[in-house]
Amino acid sequence: MSTESHAHAVHRDDFGAKLGMWLFLVTEINLFGGLFIAYSYMRHKYPAEFHHGGAELNATLGVTNTIVLLTSSLTVVLAIMAMQRGKAALSRAYLLTTVGFGITFLVIKTFEWSAKFHHGLYPSAPHLGTLPHGEQIFFGLYFTMTGLHGLHVLVGMCLLFVISNLVKSGKITQSKYVLLENGGLYWHLVDVIWIFLLPLFYLAA
Amino acid sequence: MSEISTQPNDHPTAHPSYRTVITVWVALVVLTGCLVFLSHFGLRAAVWGLLTITPVKAALVFYFFMHLRYEDPLLKGVMLVAIITLLIFLVLLFSDVAFA
Repeated sequence: MSTESHAHAVHRDDFGAKLGMWLFLVTEINLFGGLFIAYSYMRHKYPAEFHHGGAELNATLGVTNTIVLLTSSLTVVLAIMAMQRGKAALSRAYLLTTVGFGITFLVIKTFEWSAKFHHGLYPSAPHLGTLPHGEQIFFGLYFTMTGLHGLHVLVGMCLLFVISNLVKSGKITQSKYVLLENGGLYWHLVDVIWIFLLPLFYLAA
Repeated sequence: MSEISTQPNDHPTAHPSYRTVITVWVALVVLTGCLVFLSHFGLRAAVWGLLTITPVKAALVFYFFMHLRYEDPLLKGVMLVAIITLLIFLVLLFSDVAFA
């Protein structure tokens, strides 16, 4: 057997990896897009109830969370740029900062949801059942969409943490960082979804 | 262990500069401020803000942060198809609602 045959060649296709990630993101866009369409129809059907429901939400917390996520998107971009320049330690620091922003987002969201629960506003709550039908739908959509988004934030944080460990162990390098790019793409999409959720629920309801 | 890449230079050579990404972040924060400011002028203004400023913010994230500006036309096409599909569904929904 020749020496060449012992060499273990690993197929690598960075463009294919990125295309696969974009196709996955399309499915995510369709998932949330369907909910956005449902929201649009219900808002059209129950404008007054959606207005009352929106007035119950804390816009300051919503806007604060928007700034947190926008800044976390910037730190992911900076992590990729640092890796492109061969600064692995800096890239990891930016990734962990992003995870920190993700935690901040979820803590704020927890406070926000807790306040709603305290006021008897949660799925299947007795108080919620006494509200007009349109307001029940509003809060149903609010908990579904922000909850699903929060789950995505959690998944994104875990993903970025794993990626930061791969950076530390040298498995992601200046010449091989498509996984870091794909993790970044996922995080940015989570940010884009929140960009739409802010006006839908907190500002224009 | 050797690695074989189908494309030796998979990563696009063009990358955004630090100045570009910081400018985009500032623009996103300012646009968020505009959205909040508009919401103080009533529901109609807030909805107009939602329909105009929010897509611009999303486009900035897609174009610069998600690197779409520097990517292959195929990736841009994938995104375009997804967005057009959603828009078609929205138009179909509201055309149905309008004539119901």
